[in-house]
Amino acid sequence: MIRDITIGQYYPADSILHRLDPRVKLLGTFLFIISLFLFKSFFGYIVVFIFFASAIGLSKVPLRFILRGMKAVLVLFIFTVFFNLFFLPGEEIFRWGIIRITDNGLYKALFMGIRLSFLILGSSLMTFTTTPNQLTDGLEKALKPLNYIKVPVHEIAMMMSIALRFIPILMEETDKIMKAQMARGADFETGGLLKRAKSLIPLLVPLFVSAFRRANDLAMAMEARCYRGGTGRTKMKPLCYKGRDYAAYTIIAIYLGLIIGTKLLERAGLLFYL
Amino acid sequence: MEMIKAKDLSFEYIRRDEEGNVESINKAIDNINLEIEKGDFIAILGANGSGKSTFAKHINAILYPTEGSLWVNGMNTAEEKNLWDIRQTAGMVFQNPDNQIIATVVEEDVGFGPENLGIETKEIWRRVEESLKAVGMLQMRHMSPNKLSGGQKQRVAIAGIMAMRPECIILDEPTAMLDPNGRREVISTIYELNKKEKVTVVLITHHMDEVIYADKVYVMEKGHVVMEGTPREIFSRVDEIKKYRLDVPQVTDLAYELRKSGLDLPEGILTVGELVKALEEARRKL
Repeated sequence: MIRDITIGQYYPADSILHRLDPRVKLLGTFLFIISLFLFKSFFGYIVVFIFFASAIGLSKVPLRFILRGMKAVLVLFIFTVFFNLFFLPGEEIFRWGIIRITDNGLYKALFMGIRLSFLILGSSLMTFTTTPNQLTDGLEKALKPLNYIKVPVHEIAMMMSIALRFIPILMEETDKIMKAQMARGADFETGGLLKRAKSLIPLLVPLFVSAFRRANDLAMAMEARCYRGGTGRTKMKPLCYKGRDYAAYTIIAIYLGLIIGTKLLERAGLLFYL
Repeated sequence: MEMIKAKDLSFEYIRRDEEGNVESINKAIDNINLEIEKGDFIAILGANGSGKSTFAKHINAILYPTEGSLWVNGMNTAEEKNLWDIRQTAGMVFQNPDNQIIATVVEEDVGFGPENLGIETKEIWRRVEESLKAVGMLQMRHMSPNKLSGGQKQRVAIAGIMAMRPECIILDEPTAMLDPNGRREVISTIYELNKKEKVTVVLITHHMDEVIYADKVYVMEKGHVVMEGTPREIFSRVDEIKKYRLDVPQVTDLAYELRKSGLDLPEGILTVGELVKALEEARRKL
């Protein structure tokens, strides 16, 4: 059923990672991504691996779900590894016809490949353990300081959550319109690219009209329920840090400390090429 | 004291062309005078384009009168400082259940109104629970609105209004998009709220069988109130109702036709039970 589609890739489970405050997860993911770019040696990946593997363990999300996240960026991944592997100058270690692999190329390809994988897996672990709604709430609260430079944070968050609510409704409506047009002889499946794009017009026009009508209705309903923007508004489910959130911040800080330590050791020339 | 009072109320939809010149003026409401008492169950009937929805939007201060005035609980809707108080006093439920639910979880949607009013978190939870219980939706509080039936969605919308503790609820054709089961669900919920919670109800509809238990019925046509009275008084005037492109309840219609063909039946029969009784009496007389 089209109503059951999930937005994002939330994996429902009852784990400590699921229960963490979304702000912790947002900041944690952000710092994790930055940390990947701080070091140049493989030793750093040992720290990253231990940290990330224990996060996956705590999340109770099956490994195959997490690895599935790689599928979406497979092309980019292959592309990166391919160019690094074959086109970097350095000492030649393998040659077959015009294909040659250098030591530098092999090293860079491996390094970049691992970095990219952690990058994607790290951010998908966040979306696995956080519902889109929590994410919006977290963003709203975390970005609140931006209000001072006139960024309408509350409005953006409200727009995001309304979009989330209406995506399944509009999907269903698309389905309905499509069937109605097909019943009257519309053809969405054959023909070249241009013809197919053209055949979408009778689908998109009624869809847009109805979306605007819905928006109008919803705005009226919100006003009738005294909605007047973010000021003076209270929350039914306010975000409050708990003990586990502070613990998580501490762990993130320790992790970051270790990464920076690695960086300093590299600077001192102690960890090159390990 | 009266909950809603309209005096010489008129409203015009003005259509303008691109240069801002007036193209046409459509008088949607024309000189309405009425008073609605606190705690009453009021029904407003009318065919499409009779101005009943426009009138409803005035009570909630979504539209302002072009001429005349409207008071909600003593507050003039034309004064801007009253706006939010009026909207809290008179909550409004709309026709399309999908287009008035804001949140992705039932309980969060019910909490939306109280959140806007700036009510404390603990009190919001209490109100959400109470209102969901009042409409019989408490066991579905964690569900996504997309998985509910039309009638259930409409009950959630009513709960969302109830959580704001209004003194009056206006329902603008709340059952127009529902199947018969959903309609029954919603209508019985509304009657119950009126009886138990003592909220004033203004029900706008064109389904006649929904209004037979109302305290008072207004019939609108072309922006005027053309008939007013108890349901029994209104439905005794079958000819007049039909003139305004409205139907009477099936039973009433049957009784009316029987009466016309010579059977001795009283006027204004509203329910099957009444008709059965009247028919038995008529047979005894024969």
